[in-house]
Amino acid sequence: MHWTKKDLLGLEYLSKEEIELILETAASFKEVSRRSIKKVPALRGQTVVNLFYEPSTRTRVSFEVAAKRLSADVINISAQESSVRKGETLIDTGRNIQALKADIIVIRHSASGAANILARNVEISVINAGDGWHEHPTQALLDIFTLKEKFGHIQGLKVSIVGDIAHSRVARSNIWGLNKLGASVTVCAPKMLIPPGIEEMAVKVTYDIEEALKDADAVNVLRMQFERDEQKAFPSQIDYFKHFGITQERLEKAKKDIIVMHPGPINRGVEISSEVADSLNSVILEQVTNGIAVRMAVLYLVSQTKERKDEDTD
Amino acid sequence: MKDRVLILDKEAISRALMRLAHEVLEKNKGTQDLCLVGIRNRGASLAQRLNKCIEKIEARSVPVGILDITLYRDDLTLISAKPVVHKTEIDFDINDKIVVLVDDVLYTGRTIRAALDALIDLGRPRVIQLAVLIDRGHRELPIRPDFVGKNIPTAKDERVDVHLEEVDGVDEVLIVGKT
Repeated sequence: MHWTKKDLLGLEYLSKEEIELILETAASFKEVSRRSIKKVPALRGQTVVNLFYEPSTRTRVSFEVAAKRLSADVINISAQESSVRKGETLIDTGRNIQALKADIIVIRHSASGAANILARNVEISVINAGDGWHEHPTQALLDIFTLKEKFGHIQGLKVSIVGDIAHSRVARSNIWGLNKLGASVTVCAPKMLIPPGIEEMAVKVTYDIEEALKDADAVNVLRMQFERDEQKAFPSQIDYFKHFGITQERLEKAKKDIIVMHPGPINRGVEISSEVADSLNSVILEQVTNGIAVRMAVLYLVSQTKERKDEDTD
Repeated sequence: MKDRVLILDKEAISRALMRLAHEVLEKNKGTQDLCLVGIRNRGASLAQRLNKCIEKIEARSVPVGILDITLYRDDLTLISAKPVVHKTEIDFDINDKIVVLVDDVLYTGRTIRAALDALIDLGRPRVIQLAVLIDRGHRELPIRPDFVGKNIPTAKDERVDVHLEEVDGVDEVLIVGKT
């Protein structure tokens, strides 16, 4: 199995084997971050541009650390300070970055499909770091990587995703990936935050948090995105915590070794209690560490396809 | 049908390894501070076997690690089938140690160049030595082995295939001619 795709746009577009190759490669890269010299020369001389149209600290920093541990040069562009404000289109910005002879663009954008559009219009690699409500593939890959580390396999796992499913690219990418690897996924949220037609993605839907936790091997807790919730789907943070918050009492009714994941940033006392976030069931900080290994793997794999193309034209 | 000439069989390989073990121990005056690091894939198996030989001679084994050099190669662009990145597994401190790098075939020396870079990123050994089962010549870099199982003069268009039971199910070294 070899990687052949120029871009990583979403887990919807990957085969089971491709996802497994990324996970396997990430397992090898995890060792690099444990060394005293946390760097390998694999991407030496290559330039990675982080093109962020939406504010993001953790994903950008994670990509930046990953690229630097591979010896790539990293340029960060955020839309607030760039020529985007002067009216340049996404495609023109991408072509300009390509003309700078950069090798990989990591893009975060508020519009679903932005990464796909960019990828079609540039020859260099594009990695989707979250586009609107569409996909956030590296987040789902690191979630799945963490699950695989804990359980040794994905096949047959029961994973519940709790929270704002409707506005969540993390949920969508996780559903694609987990389904392809043979896990069964349940989504749980207030009715207004379950998108219509979600059942077509082969997931179970419940509005009852205890039902969602009952047989689950892992629960992935999403942040309530109150800032995106224009329709006011839920009256208040306190009400949300009361009905859907992951608390110690609720976990006590679940499997004893249930794993609690969260893509961050966590809001203590809103979607998860402090006690649970800091408990032994929580792998939230391990996810952050694993995120670097997964992003190193993705950067490495897409960079290899570029070299192969150069070789074909020589 | 390609020409295949058997150079070493199972017995010859184990005799060569036993001699290599003796030479390593002689040069380093025993097992003090000694460790073996095999280069994936077959170098890793050879390092394990070399350790068994050392154990037979000295009644004590030495630490053995595995080095994956994929990320350090300078020829990734030239290989059409991209190698999968595997783990480096060296769970002991190599600082101030005598590290014997182990590989199956020494050819251009580029693998060893990459292995030296990879190893030095992990620490500062007191000395690094090189043990190979086969030296087939045609070096492109100023690298020479300290311990050689067998020197085999080859033409550049020939191939040396080392097959080991752990990886290939059979112990043999072949020279394969170009069609």
